[in-house]
Amino acid sequence: MSLVLGLFNYWVAILLMMTGFFTVIWRSNFVKKVIGLNIFQASVFLLYITMGKVHGGTAPILNDSAVYTHPLPSVLILTAIVVGISTTAVALALIVRIHEAYGTVDEDELHHLDDPA
Amino acid sequence: MIDRHLLVLQVVIPLCGAPLVLLVRHREAAYGVALTVAGVAWGLAARIVYRVASEGTLSYALGGWVPPWGIEYRVDALGAVAVGLAATVGLAGLVFAPRSIAREIPHERHYLFYVLYLLCFTGLLGISVTGDLFNLFVFLEIASLSGYVLVGLGPSRRALTAAFQYLVLGTLGATFIVIGIGLLYQATGTLNMADMARLLPGVGRTRTLVVALAFFTAGLSLKAAVFPLHLWLPNAYTYAPSVVSAFLAGTSTKVALYAMLRLFLSVFGRTLELEWAPLHAMLTVMASFAIIVASAVAIFQSDVKRLLAYSSVAQVGYIVLGLTLMSVNGLTASVIHLANHAFTKAGMFLAVGCMVLRLGSSDLATLKGVGRRMPLTTAAWVIGGLGLIGIPATAGFVTKWYLVSAALQANAWILVTLIIASSLLAVVYVWRVVEVAYFRAPDGEAGAVEEAPAAMLIATWILIGATLYLGLFGSGPVGLARRAAEMLLRGAP
Repeated sequence: MSLVLGLFNYWVAILLMMTGFFTVIWRSNFVKKVIGLNIFQASVFLLYITMGKVHGGTAPILNDSAVYTHPLPSVLILTAIVVGISTTAVALALIVRIHEAYGTVDEDELHHLDDPA
Repeated sequence: MIDRHLLVLQVVIPLCGAPLVLLVRHREAAYGVALTVAGVAWGLAARIVYRVASEGTLSYALGGWVPPWGIEYRVDALGAVAVGLAATVGLAGLVFAPRSIAREIPHERHYLFYVLYLLCFTGLLGISVTGDLFNLFVFLEIASLSGYVLVGLGPSRRALTAAFQYLVLGTLGATFIVIGIGLLYQATGTLNMADMARLLPGVGRTRTLVVALAFFTAGLSLKAAVFPLHLWLPNAYTYAPSVVSAFLAGTSTKVALYAMLRLFLSVFGRTLELEWAPLHAMLTVMASFAIIVASAVAIFQSDVKRLLAYSSVAQVGYIVLGLTLMSVNGLTASVIHLANHAFTKAGMFLAVGCMVLRLGSSDLATLKGVGRRMPLTTAAWVIGGLGLIGIPATAGFVTKWYLVSAALQANAWILVTLIIASSLLAVVYVWRVVEVAYFRAPDGEAGAVEEAPAAMLIATWILIGATLYLGLFGSGPVGLARRAAEMLLRGAP
């Protein structure tokens, strides 16, 4: 029982990770690839935050003797989220340029346009 | 004052230079600022290398917070090699840039090019100086994100798809690295690499650490283009602007390999020995395939930039091969080859950039007779090519010497054969270009071209000269590499 419920967050993280990874690899549409990349990164955010969570813990504000959740993983993930947003922004900008240059954002069609065999 | 804050200034100066260039906007003034910043950064890097060589490891506590609580910047012999190569290739690329991008990037976007270049430069230097694992990830992403955009600035529309492919694979790699960092943090409670190396033996060989190592291997192999995870590299280097190809080929994969050496040996070294894990066999096989398959593929390329790109994949293989031999000679070969190959390959890409400026293409067919029209440029390319083969008096020879002696010591005759076979394949692909450049008559337009502008030639020859210097009088750098190798083998932080 604890293998499922006790590690619930980790299972969800793994599920999200695989969903995202699959989308990145399998989908030929560039926008969908970026969405997959986002899901993949979100799973890692979840993994980190779960890691720092203490059962019954609160925000680490020094006023009483309460149990605190470890703040450092959350802070790290704040940075990782910023990195993720920047990556998404660059990716979307590239997709706009690709659409301008080719008229499509589908990987298979792009290959066909570049190497008409 | 400068000496006390040396390590942090190495990162802060180019980081502040980038927005400054953005504010300046004016094309020539922006270039002036960028060149000054890169020059200062090179001076700081030279000082760091000198001090590490004479005094040993340097450490700097960011904001006065004592490590491991605060972020530590730390440069040892291995870091000094990485800082030195990143700063030198970065400066040479910037000296080369203005005339080259004038033909490849619209004029009104030049200042943006310099902003991105400085950001990428910051990231690469940051990876080399930081002692904090999460900091390393952030710098890796600063370098990679600006790198994707730099690739996307290339003149043909294929540059855009190449940049997108690079972005997707690079981001997957980076995310794998973050997972690895998270698992290590979970096991040790620290992010400082030296502290982590001290704490890990107490943790023991738990599954968490094995999984972390697996994620690091996949992530860093993607970033460093270790065969067969190199798929982003040929397109990215072929379609990027010439100077970007040189800059990225010289620095980005080398810095990722630096991170790989650091993690595998300094951080994990005393807990999960490389020989223990199935990792060792896998890396040996991957590296062996890289040096043979990538060299063979390079022979069949009709575009010189793509040929050099595949050759890069093979050269990355040499570095990984040196790592798997796990001896002082093998690791010395790996560490010194970081610098040797950075200078050789960046110099060759710059020489190709000179040809592209004058001929408009890097296709082999347009290079007919270029050896007679642009003798200095072609000579630089050929000396670089001899370095790839490993002819004595070039830097490549020093690497091969240490690599082969390490393989002989380990009685790995198959590896010796593979290294020699790969060198022979390099002879073939270098000769193909030499033959076209010197022994074919130039046709039509190519007959009228003249030698490249002085600034571009100087930048090219600085890097090619550096490879000759390393090949002929390289005992100082080799000594530094040997110190780094001994330190890595001891697993000392």
